[in-house]
Amino acid sequence: MELFTHGEPIADTKAPDGPIETRWQRRRFGAKLVNPANRRKLTVIVVGTGLAGGSAAATLGELGYRVKSYCYQDSPRRAHSIAAQGGINAAKNYRNDGDSIQRLFYDTVKGGDFRSRESNVRRLAEVSVEIIDQAVAQGVPFAREYGGLLDTRSFGGAQVQRTFYARGQTGQQLLLGAYQALERQIGLGRVEMYSRHEMLELIVVDGRARGIVVRDLVSGEITTEYADAVVLASGGYGNVFYLSTNAKGCNVTATWRAHRKGALFANPCYTQIHPTCIPVSGDHQSKLTLMSESLRNDGRVWVPQRAGDDRPPREIPEDERDYFLERMYPSFGNLVPRDIASRAAKGVCDSGRGVGATGLGVYLDFADAIGRLGRSTIADRYGNLFEMYQRITGEDPYEVPMRIYPAVHYTMGGLWVDYDLESTIPGLFVIGEANFSDHGANRLGASALMQGLADGYFVLPSTIADYLSAGPFEPLTDDHPEVAAARNDVADRLARLLACNGDRTVDSFHRELGQIMWDHCGMERSDTGLRKALAEIRSLREQFWQRVRVPGDGEGLNQALEKAGRVADFFELAELMCVDALHRTESAGGHFRAESQTPDGEAQRDDDRFSYVAAWEFTGADRPPVLHKEDLDFEYVHPTQRSYK
Amino acid sequence: MNLTLRIWRQSGPDDPGRMVSYPVPDVSPDMSFLEMLDVLNERLTLDGEEPVAFDHDCREGICGACGMVINGVAHGPERATTACQLHMRHFSDGQTIDIEPWRARAFPVVKDLVVDRTAFDQIIAAGGYITAPAGSAPEAHAQLVRKSDADAAFESAACIGCGACVAACPNGSAMLFTAAKVTHLSLLPQGQPERSTRVVGMVDAHDAAGFGGCTNIGECTAVCPKGIPLTSIGRLNRDYLKATRDRDGAPGT
Repeated sequence: MELFTHGEPIADTKAPDGPIETRWQRRRFGAKLVNPANRRKLTVIVVGTGLAGGSAAATLGELGYRVKSYCYQDSPRRAHSIAAQGGINAAKNYRNDGDSIQRLFYDTVKGGDFRSRESNVRRLAEVSVEIIDQAVAQGVPFAREYGGLLDTRSFGGAQVQRTFYARGQTGQQLLLGAYQALERQIGLGRVEMYSRHEMLELIVVDGRARGIVVRDLVSGEITTEYADAVVLASGGYGNVFYLSTNAKGCNVTATWRAHRKGALFANPCYTQIHPTCIPVSGDHQSKLTLMSESLRNDGRVWVPQRAGDDRPPREIPEDERDYFLERMYPSFGNLVPRDIASRAAKGVCDSGRGVGATGLGVYLDFADAIGRLGRSTIADRYGNLFEMYQRITGEDPYEVPMRIYPAVHYTMGGLWVDYDLESTIPGLFVIGEANFSDHGANRLGASALMQGLADGYFVLPSTIADYLSAGPFEPLTDDHPEVAAARNDVADRLARLLACNGDRTVDSFHRELGQIMWDHCGMERSDTGLRKALAEIRSLREQFWQRVRVPGDGEGLNQALEKAGRVADFFELAELMCVDALHRTESAGGHFRAESQTPDGEAQRDDDRFSYVAAWEFTGADRPPVLHKEDLDFEYVHPTQRSYK
Repeated sequence: MNLTLRIWRQSGPDDPGRMVSYPVPDVSPDMSFLEMLDVLNERLTLDGEEPVAFDHDCREGICGACGMVINGVAHGPERATTACQLHMRHFSDGQTIDIEPWRARAFPVVKDLVVDRTAFDQIIAAGGYITAPAGSAPEAHAQLVRKSDADAAFESAACIGCGACVAACPNGSAMLFTAAKVTHLSLLPQGQPERSTRVVGMVDAHDAAGFGGCTNIGECTAVCPKGIPLTSIGRLNRDYLKATRDRDGAPGT
């Protein structure tokens, strides 16, 4: 069978051309408006309550639309944006260090390895400054200086200090700001909140997204919900790898169901793997915890020179250690970008020199820094991180080096959207990590929070009006054939999962799928490996549907049933990720193809053949997807080769 | 390690519920508490029994979803640690561990260890915000905030809304949760215009949800995984008295 077929190219038809500085302004002026009296006749469904979904639902409520908001957690405040640590970028130039909207735009396009859309990134940079104003007005307690001004710090991929932060809990504080704005709208009756509800299907009628099928996770009841437009803000799909820094519940179901209904899925193979996470400690491991990138400022990364050297680290003499990042990248040393550091760590572990019980770890050693600066300085800089490390591993990083290993952290791919953030299904909008639009093949640190809030507070509320101005659309009832079919599909699927009654748990399948993806579609991908992965995924998917065991029934809270549905969708996504990775024979950002490297082992892009967005059309679970290309033009930021030697 | 778990099993709100014992062999000291429950649930599933339902999500101590009373203590024996960050090395071989849900009138049990905490959202909806619709914000540096105020606001804003304070309180009071939000917002200049309506609205919603009153016992702050101090309740009381005096001419009514 062919892996995929070629379809018509696609174009972003909503982005104005002409000078990039005024595109957003011109698009906003060109978009139709909805007058305030008519807004209350229009209903918008928002799925997900993270930074993108929470801020969008709150803002649409403020504007006067009727909003229905859904999340699988018990409260909208728990969406996984809450775990973001580092900060949020904004081109305020408060430091007078040469920052500007143009520079943030430039850094983001370059950081994305020239695989993102210039118009969108430029808008993101423009809107970034408003986000900080908005968050401060809401009471987000950003770090401040003694004079009362906002503090900023440096982050990877930039030479200016433009990252605003609230300790190591910036995501939490920004999300609580959005959550509180959302709760205000709920209190005012403008947003109806459905927590512990999971979207299981998209309803498309006459070519428009008109609603969703949801399951009440407490009662088990399946209901159909209607609207004039649907917004997906359901996050990324890193949990396809089973082990990631994502929350356990993060899943692809909302976007995958929309993909099956016709929304194109763009660049699914672009995955960000973060180099500094606490390694797996055993088969029981259920998730991975990030240790901030900032640790690499003072920590030195090393492994023993000899494979199989299992002496305790402090007994290995200096001349028997390999400080491999310093050796391979003398000018950037331990501070090479995320993708480079991750691959180098994998390389030394693959050669048998990894440390710890599993051999999948490298040392991050602070002994030199403590000797040079003193223990108290290191404690001031990293005390909370050292404490978190000790809590999880039981080891004291002041005494023995930390052990770290790369882990899946973020997914740049997602549903394809145009400049208005509308998918290829009219009326279906996709925001935040769930869409593909702004980060290209690699996201810079502190840019995920920026994008989620830009989409939710400022971009979507403007662009969705252009679509809604044609509404309200014809009311729907449960007996409409498309509605009934969507609902029956959901019921049948749940019944099938419950009826298997096999001999393996959902988690056992998820772990196995994750291992296949990690081995072959992780930090390094190759033609042979990806083909092997495709065969293994297909075979495992068949077994899943025959041998999975989901206890209980669908009548009430059944966490195994929730997981089973999500894993079933991860199987289908995993295949598409491998096909996408296989077709893209270049290396770009988070996608490293073994066959495409420079003579000294660095990622080699192929701009002549791959300067496009790969947007995939679903044609059936066992049928080859169709590739639609959106060509990328770089009028303002010209592609160059990255080098860190 | 070999452990015996005694876990509260309750199929739904109408089931009276009971403690059920489960032996769990081969527990690794490196497992988190929730990973140990995962292992039990895998085995129960294969044995044809219902796995134990419990809330969890981020498993790094920030989302606030997990929460269970472990040997009589909310979130278990380690201070300033959520259940998901608690590791089995803090227990000993052969130990029996009791695991129960949060118990409070305002947090009805949904199933096993899962409780309904929507009352917390209702308290926030009744005033736990600063009104600032998107688009209306002034330039961020238009108003300076003293660093000490910003830092103190942050300490209170670090509340994760897990509900341990309620579970630990003999009165089932959510005053620490409510006070953390009141403190966060009332320390900031942006929070001043709504300072009075906020505290009154939130306390009214707190009482209406069925939480008990605060009698300054302090169990809440002892179990709080984020170390929210008891003094924040003092701040709430001051704000509440002032707000009600301004409104009614007599404080506290």
